[in-house]
Amino acid sequence: MKGLVELYAQQFRTTIAMMFQYRASLFIWMIGQVLEPLVYLIVWTIVSNSSGGSVGSYTTQEFAAYFIVLMLVNQVTYTWIMYDFEYRVREGTLSFALLKPVHPIHSDIADNLSSKLITLPIMIVIAVGLALAFHASISPPLWAIGVFIPALLLAFLVRFLIEWSLAQAAFWTTRVSALNQTYFMLMLFLSGQMAPLALLPHPVQVVAAVLPFRWVISFPVEVLLGQHTPAEALTGLGIQVAWLIAGIILVRFVWRAGIRAYSAVGA
Amino acid sequence: MKSPAIHVQDLRKVYTVSHQEAGTAAALGSLVHRRRVDIAAVDGISFDLAPGEIVGFLGPNGAGKTTTLKMLSGVLHPTIGEATVLGYVPWKRDKPFLRQITLVMGQRNQLVWDIPALHSFELNRAIYHIPPDDYRRMLGELTELLELEPLLHKPVRNLSLGERMKCEIAAALLHRPSVVFLDEPTIGLDVTMQRRIRTFITEYNRRFGATVLLTSHYMADVEALCKRIVVIHHGKLLFDGDLAVLVQKFTAHKTIEVQIGDCQADLNKYGEVVSCADGHFTLRVPKAETARITERLLADLPVIDLLVEDPPIEEVIEMVFAQESP
Repeated sequence: MKGLVELYAQQFRTTIAMMFQYRASLFIWMIGQVLEPLVYLIVWTIVSNSSGGSVGSYTTQEFAAYFIVLMLVNQVTYTWIMYDFEYRVREGTLSFALLKPVHPIHSDIADNLSSKLITLPIMIVIAVGLALAFHASISPPLWAIGVFIPALLLAFLVRFLIEWSLAQAAFWTTRVSALNQTYFMLMLFLSGQMAPLALLPHPVQVVAAVLPFRWVISFPVEVLLGQHTPAEALTGLGIQVAWLIAGIILVRFVWRAGIRAYSAVGA
Repeated sequence: MKSPAIHVQDLRKVYTVSHQEAGTAAALGSLVHRRRVDIAAVDGISFDLAPGEIVGFLGPNGAGKTTTLKMLSGVLHPTIGEATVLGYVPWKRDKPFLRQITLVMGQRNQLVWDIPALHSFELNRAIYHIPPDDYRRMLGELTELLELEPLLHKPVRNLSLGERMKCEIAAALLHRPSVVFLDEPTIGLDVTMQRRIRTFITEYNRRFGATVLLTSHYMADVEALCKRIVVIHHGKLLFDGDLAVLVQKFTAHKTIEVQIGDCQADLNKYGEVVSCADGHFTLRVPKAETARITERLLADLPVIDLLVEDPPIEEVIEMVFAQESP
């Protein structure tokens, strides 16, 4: 355990050093992270205003709150592991990970969290600015904030484990970009990034809730916007924990099978 | 007898690769039915290494050297066969096993590209749980032996190939592994750097009693480092033993370098003249005849200087592979 803490701390220092080597690309990447939800926010603001100040259960101000909180949640839970993993397998650098006496997922989680720690404060400042500019209406009860923190952490872990497992498709095929694209399209639609799930047709809402998508982005946003009763929120946390366990099992299973496949084609 | 550090028994690795003829029709055909071909990269090899031994692992490109090293370091599963390294089955990748070995690949990098190598070293310290004192001492020794001091704080991408290789080797040895697999550690390096890395490998082996299995295309590496060599070709073991024995076994000739006063002399009757210039002749003669021919040369000609040599090791190896090619 002490060893893992040490590893996370060291990976943190390494990631920081890497990020400061590329300040410009870091900045550009953050613009992208802001721009996407901003586009949806503007579209929905226009739609809402032109239909009398609300669409379904959302007022214009609630749209603003929704997309701004979503931007932060997406920022915290976002991973780039699917691109990274393909590169590692293709370039054969994964062999080095196999030589190390520690599961490679630890370095990946530590790397991801480290870069989030650097970018999050800036994203929060941007979020506050946007909230003022778009008159976002947000007033969560205190308990909702208490549930939001673990919900956000669980959302990060579940999304990380699922994308880490999917990334291992690279073991079986050398062209994973088609799979990545499909996944990102589903994610965009079913996690509430394009529109709040409540505004989508009922069957789509069911699919989003049965699959992990709702639980990795939409759910923490819903909690912070005060859309749930305490009982609903706790049930949601329970579902996230179930997905966490499923994710851990999935990672173990896929990783073991993946190494065997990697091994078969030669590394 | 001490138990071997590395034990390999009938190790075999078959890759399944898809096979496709050239042309659009073949490409379309492969959509429906993909032909797969089995290729035995390593085809049943066996050998043992004693603790502390340095062994050269030779073979042409595609002979199965890298595949063998990857199986022995746990990166690849074999198709069939046994191996133990320090008593562990490598591909189970037990943590105590991984802490005691390393694999250096001359053509791959483990160092983080954009930042100084020192960061990668620190990361390895955390990964291998190296106690701070051991880490400092080992880093000090490696810095001294490999002359790393001016390199440690430069981003890896700004290092030359040789400088980077030195850092790669240091990163791979910080946890002081007792079994070291080196795959082409000197590839692409200039002669001076090659020599420095050779000296280092000898020194590491001497100081820490490490077992070293090394592949290289540079015979100078092998001659300088390894008394014993293992030769594989097409995945099969061709030779395992002393370098000197290999030379004995596979060469039927010796070369005689002779310098004589008479530049016009015709030496063809003594042996095959490989080259001649300004009275310097290189003759190739059957090994059994060497003594007799030398005697005749000395008796018949105004010899200034004479030297009998085994052919260069490159030539021997080339001959070995030529003989065994299907």
